Amino acid sequence: MKIMKNWIMKNRLLIFAAVLLAGLAQAQDVAPDVLVKTITQDVLTVLKRDKDIQAGDSKKVAALIDAKVLPHFNFTRMTRLTMGRNWRSSSPEQQKELISEFRTLLVRTYSTALSSYRDQQVDFKPLRAKPEETEVTVRTEVKPSGASQPVSIDYEMEKTPEGWKVYDVKVGGVSLVTTYRETFASEVKERGVDGLIKSLAAKNRQGDSAKSGKT
Amino acid sequence: MPWTKRICAVLALALCGCATSGGNPADPLEPFNRAMFSFNDTVDGAVLKPVAQGYRSVVPGVIRTGVSNFFSNLEDAWTCVNNLFQGKFEDGAEDLGRFIFNSTFGLAGIFDFATGAGFQKHNEDFGQTLGKWGVGSGPYLVLPLLGPSTARDGLALLVDTQADLVFRIDGVPTHNVLYGTRAISNRTNLLDASSVLEAAALDKYSFVRDAWMQRRRNLVYDGNPPRQKEDDDEDSR
Repeated sequence: MKIMKNWIMKNRLLIFAAVLLAGLAQAQDVAPDVLVKTITQDVLTVLKRDKDIQAGDSKKVAALIDAKVLPHFNFTRMTRLTMGRNWRSSSPEQQKELISEFRTLLVRTYSTALSSYRDQQVDFKPLRAKPEETEVTVRTEVKPSGASQPVSIDYEMEKTPEGWKVYDVKVGGVSLVTTYRETFASEVKERGVDGLIKSLAAKNRQGDSAKSGKT
Repeated sequence: MPWTKRICAVLALALCGCATSGGNPADPLEPFNRAMFSFNDTVDGAVLKPVAQGYRSVVPGVIRTGVSNFFSNLEDAWTCVNNLFQGKFEDGAEDLGRFIFNSTFGLAGIFDFATGAGFQKHNEDFGQTLGKWGVGSGPYLVLPLLGPSTARDGLALLVDTQADLVFRIDGVPTHNVLYGTRAISNRTNLLDASSVLEAAALDKYSFVRDAWMQRRRNLVYDGNPPRQKEDDDEDSR
């Protein structure tokens, strides 16, 4: 008994590490389509239940997205893809700011989209990918109430050591990354990378004031 | 008819003279388009959007759905023809089934029973048919009041207008009421999307343009467009 206790005391760090790794491995093992489904259903359950969100509490939606959705996004890759050629000509500080401002903008956009959620039904399409693939597209379809035509929402995902991460979202075939790419490029061309960062920051602040004033 | 003439005039105007190149190769008419976009945006903010908001707050959801379904059902007939044009006979048959089913049991399309019965709705128009036949989209084009389009889709709209069942109904007053109601109904369905747009876009014009071009391309390929070169990661990881 005593020997056992001693052994545990001696190796507690090792044991701790092993438990931690087991947990991590589990997160990695979750298939991308299962991950998308779990998160979507989690978020929708909260949206349906939460009266504050239904009444238009955008802070609560943002908090929900922060906790449930954002950990599964790779914003660095997303920003890099959107910047294209201009990414390499930006300094590490600029890159950091770009990622953070872009992330804020996307959270705002996503919150706005989710606050108008009513009773849409989400269908999950079967994943067409081989087990060894490290880049997959997870397809879902949202059926808006009233209109009968579903809107596709596809998640472009990559395998990372921390599990599957989303790096682009396509709504009805419209890619977030591609849509922002032109805007970013022309902004950089006209006003430089710092100009783009300023525009993003201004847009994010404008969202703040608009939220308190308008409906 | 004035509608067709107006579109022709704009196309002519857009396609000749004022082409000073901006940055985007898909949008050589950017100065004209930007002007038209801001005109449309002003009209929308002053008239269409407030009316749509009023419509949504006053008219109960069941009735709004009925109105939306009514116009959606009329579209299905032309969608069917376009699917046949594109050689998608199964989809065409499904559209025809929808149209017959909803026009009769669905009381002139007010109820959409066909979707529940497993007949899927499709999105087709003559612009997509031309795209399928290999006609390129041509330059991006913002039409007055009608909004984002391309040279190809703008011309195809002339055909779509001729085939529009609302257009076929006799009597000018009836026409105008139906056109008006359809515009309001469509705009109401877009209210949530336009608030997302306000939140998302740094530059609303280019955001709408770039989203629109992708959307049309996606529709032409029925949801499975071939990957474009620029989709690829520039940096090696």
